[in-house]
Amino acid sequence: MASETNPKQVSYCGVCSLPPEYCEFGGTVKKCEDWLKEHQPALHKKLYSQETIEQNLSALSIDAQKRAEKDAQKKAAKAAASEAKEAETRATSKILIKRIERNKRKYVTAVQGLEAFGLDNKKVAKDFGKKFATGSSVTKVPGGGEEITVQGDLSDDICDYLVETYKDIPEDNVDCIEEKKKKPTPAIG
Amino acid sequence: MFKKDITPGAKSKVKSSTQRGIRAKVLEEYPLLEPHIEAILPKKEQLDVIKLPDRVALYTLGTTPLFFQHMDDAIMPHLTVVHRYPDAFHRLRIDRGAIRFVLSGASLMVPGLTSAGGRLPDDDEDEEERYGEDELEAGTVVVIEAEGKETACMVGVLKMGTAEMKKVKKGQACEAGHYLGDGLWGLSLG
Repeated sequence: MASETNPKQVSYCGVCSLPPEYCEFGGTVKKCEDWLKEHQPALHKKLYSQETIEQNLSALSIDAQKRAEKDAQKKAAKAAASEAKEAETRATSKILIKRIERNKRKYVTAVQGLEAFGLDNKKVAKDFGKKFATGSSVTKVPGGGEEITVQGDLSDDICDYLVETYKDIPEDNVDCIEEKKKKPTPAIG
Repeated sequence: MFKKDITPGAKSKVKSSTQRGIRAKVLEEYPLLEPHIEAILPKKEQLDVIKLPDRVALYTLGTTPLFFQHMDDAIMPHLTVVHRYPDAFHRLRIDRGAIRFVLSGASLMVPGLTSAGGRLPDDDEDEEERYGEDELEAGTVVVIEAEGKETACMVGVLKMGTAEMKKVKKGQACEAGHYLGDGLWGLSLG
């Protein structure tokens, strides 16, 4: 068998990234099944036929079956919960674009909160730099976390660019604010 | 090893002399890969090494992960490589009941291999002799397949020789290395 020269082609599930045979052990069985049905009907027929399912079940003792089922349910619930949570953070979290005065008439623009939308700060910073032809870097924020600092006053451009290039960012979730370097201290305490 | 999601560290190019070394090492470890080595590790291509947490180095070719290595331990294949060339590695098989534990990152226990659904080398039930005849020593890199599945689900290092497993029938069989759905599997190399 070692003389077989061609590599074996293995396809992977588009939902959970495992080989389709192992989808049943992930938390998103239902989705995986639908995906497979749509993309690889032949394989779907083979894996999800009544026969195979019965055969799978018969390989285990009843006790083990019960436990496996319970485990699977728990996993599915967990996966669903984490997905819902992610969707929620996506809906509620905001991207802050701050215009910070650096030196009368000179500004830098800071962008915060991109991580919540699954973007990589470092990569986006590079893109900003290329797009706007300015310096752009990832800096640490004192309170923890990171932000992208872009040289120049680009708050409006960045806002447009973000909404246009990353389709899963709703426009309402992008906020532009202006921050003075020295905040005037309120007179009344 | 990669139970949690991992963030890749710095990516750098591999020196051509080191690359030759890796190639030689891979061939030494997995002689059966010999006919495929040019397809997996082409001589002319530039390999990259990506540092992962816990002193693991991952060798990649472009965006395809190939092998990983913890410090100077045995070099182990990424599961995508195993899936492409399943015949080139030492293989064992686990029964169906054990799959879900392996896929959630547990270390492999011997009963999963010795039961009716599992296969060890020189197994009477293994009619095609798919799993070889020679007993394996502790410390060998093995690919773990699963009952009723075609593709492998795990790569790990044996903790116990297979001959001993047949006698004792309990304990840890294999250190959890790299399994389907772990951090290394989910790593995106953009």
